[in-house]
Amino acid sequence: MDALIANLSHGFSVAVSLSNLGLCFVGVVIGTLVGILPGVGPIATIAMLLPLTFNFDPTGALIMLAGIYYGAQYGGSTTAILINIPGEATSVVTVLDGHQMARQGRAGVALGTAALVSFFAGTVSTIVVAALGVPLTKLALLFGPAEYFSLMVMGLSFAVVLAQGSLLKAAAMILLGILLSTIGTDIETGEERLTFGFAELADGIDFVVLAMGFFGFAEILHNLENPETRDVVKGKIGRLLPNLQDIRMSIAPMLRGTGLGALLGILPGNGAVLGPFASYATEKKLSRTPERFGKGAIEGVAGPEAANNAGAQTAFIPLLTLGIPPNAVMALMVGAMTIHGIIPGPQVMTKSPDLFWGMIASMWIGNAFLLIINLPLIGIWVRLLHVPYRLMFSAILLFCSIGIYSINNDPSDVLLTALFGLIGYVFIKLGFEPAPALLGFVLGKLMEEKLRQALIISRGDFMTFVDNPVSAVLLLISVVVIILAVVPAIRKTKEEALSMS
Amino acid sequence: MFAKFLKTALLGIAALGIGAVQAQNYPTRPITVIVPFAAGGPTDVIARIVSEHMGKVLGQQLIVENVVGAGGTTGITKAFGATPDGYTIMMGHMGTHGAAPALYKNLKYKPASDFEPIGMAAGTPILVVARKDFPAKDLKEFVAYIKANGDKLNEGQAGVGSVSFSTCIMFNVLAGAKPTRVPYTGTGPVINDMMAGKIDYACDQIVSVASQIQGGSIKAYAIATEARSPALPDIPTTAEAGLPEFKVSAWNALFAPKGTPQDVVAKLNAALSTALNDPATKKRLEDLGGVVPKEGAERTSKWLGDFVAAEVKKWGEIIQAGGVVAQ
Repeated sequence: MDALIANLSHGFSVAVSLSNLGLCFVGVVIGTLVGILPGVGPIATIAMLLPLTFNFDPTGALIMLAGIYYGAQYGGSTTAILINIPGEATSVVTVLDGHQMARQGRAGVALGTAALVSFFAGTVSTIVVAALGVPLTKLALLFGPAEYFSLMVMGLSFAVVLAQGSLLKAAAMILLGILLSTIGTDIETGEERLTFGFAELADGIDFVVLAMGFFGFAEILHNLENPETRDVVKGKIGRLLPNLQDIRMSIAPMLRGTGLGALLGILPGNGAVLGPFASYATEKKLSRTPERFGKGAIEGVAGPEAANNAGAQTAFIPLLTLGIPPNAVMALMVGAMTIHGIIPGPQVMTKSPDLFWGMIASMWIGNAFLLIINLPLIGIWVRLLHVPYRLMFSAILLFCSIGIYSINNDPSDVLLTALFGLIGYVFIKLGFEPAPALLGFVLGKLMEEKLRQALIISRGDFMTFVDNPVSAVLLLISVVVIILAVVPAIRKTKEEALSMS
Repeated sequence: MFAKFLKTALLGIAALGIGAVQAQNYPTRPITVIVPFAAGGPTDVIARIVSEHMGKVLGQQLIVENVVGAGGTTGITKAFGATPDGYTIMMGHMGTHGAAPALYKNLKYKPASDFEPIGMAAGTPILVVARKDFPAKDLKEFVAYIKANGDKLNEGQAGVGSVSFSTCIMFNVLAGAKPTRVPYTGTGPVINDMMAGKIDYACDQIVSVASQIQGGSIKAYAIATEARSPALPDIPTTAEAGLPEFKVSAWNALFAPKGTPQDVVAKLNAALSTALNDPATKKRLEDLGGVVPKEGAERTSKWLGDFVAAEVKKWGEIIQAGGVVAQ
């Protein structure tokens, strides 16, 4: 404990130097901006800014780059709530209730809640990273391919809980998502699958392409056809900050979300993505009024937003303690560290304590900056909703297209997004939810990879998933969750059938 | 507006007419460097370090553009089709300009004849690494062990076309081992599963494993270079450890599309060499474990051209011997 306080105070003494404070501030401001511009992600931004950091000392450079990363997570929620576009896989869930809140004139409350719970989650996970970083890496090592596959199965069973309305439609969308994730090069043989000879599809579909298509473009198409929804969103701004009632309702989801997000963020292979989904599913299951979810429930914003931010920060644990990047942004951080002559791994803590503890302390400072920047900005963001749709829609489409193009500098991605926009529009008309498809897509890729690795290692023996205790427990939970979700649904349809007769 | 367009167009036509003068003034605008791998990886990092200083030498910025996919061949195919005016160049590597023809049967370019080689930037050494409790004390024992127990062992690699994929084919062929090859999407997760004891061994670049080796969470049997690396002075070279045939480097070099004027290529080559001589740039590359080519023959375009031809031949033979079917 004493050592922890000593380390943290050393970290703060590094982080509060004028130049490091400045770099942290610049980082989170840039991060917030790229988070708000749909499609322009932290990966492209960090890559572009890397050479600029050559002249800084490594600690300052990494403080700034880390600020961009969690700043972008923060900004991503803003677009999710205001214009129904999840810029990052982690903000898909925020769309569900956040945007509904905005439609009910509670955009300010949604944004305020997101900002406050993110700050809380950021504070807690800063302490988690500092205190438990080293012991928690053992958890990451516990998760081999078999355990990881079972975790994904669990994630998808929770996705059934996410569903609004028809269970069958949700299951169909999840399967569609998984199917879309199989497009591209086979991981083992290198053979192209389902590409129909299009070289553009050889590396699969990018998440952003699918998300922008299903949510952004489809939503715009849908809005254009019924002018009355414009008035709903254009209605009064409403309060900007959550009231006592809102805060009371948010506290428990925030605590649970922080815990889930922090835990899942540590897992290798982008476990942070699962956090918001897990949190949303948990809140919906625990709620006494689950029917409010998807219709603007504040718990559906508070929990996932906390999970999102907590996971974003604990994702640094495998990088800082094992030297293994758990996702693409962390892989870029490895690049950034190596450019500055620091090879990430277990030695960073002992060899460069300034960097290690300075960066951790700066995470808390960065979160405080984000709160200070974002709370006053909420009023401005909400006023954006008053921009006439004919201007806002064209602007959204323009920024989305720029963002999508910038992922791979490939125009075919923009066309593909437009195609998914059309498909998404048809889905909205037919009453299919896009969120489960997106979850199936995100998890499907990992699931296939881990399934095949586990089976190759076990030489084709499926018992590896049951023999392994962690994996067995996860599979058991999945079965229970599915039964819990399916049984009432069957009962309900039976009742409906009976009452019909 | 129209007048401005006309003026630009006329200037463009005029520029075409005086191509020789243009080459002399080269470069007059920023140069795009296509890197066929994701930002943050070893090739990308080397490209960014070198580009930064080359930009200072040439007086124009070099902008790195990551075009990823299909083991780097997507990016190179794009750069191969670019206008050969010196404003689009690329960072090719061991995979895209060595092993690719043997791995991808639909490859649209020929590494040895479809490009103007500019010069070698840096190589990164390959290490043979294993889980820390692997029951062999040196490379000789290791080779004997995997030869005898190959089918029981799991070798982790980052997918068809990756450096770990190709270099470990070479290692397995030389060692006479046939392990089960487990595919991953990057070497990060391979090392993670190696620390957890689920993967037995792998071939990987020094950047990705040096820290874990120093920390003792995995062990290294040998480094496949001429000399030991200053980053890991205790790890013997493959020659010292008894497998001198396994000498391989994940090299990275700059190329221009075929038909780029020779004086432009010469300017780029000189700028690259100046960048490699810059102490700060050189130190950055060496901190990564990178091996910078010595001044002289190894820095020339001609040397690189011959080297690529030899690499294509070498990898063709190795991949065939490894029994990998071209896709």
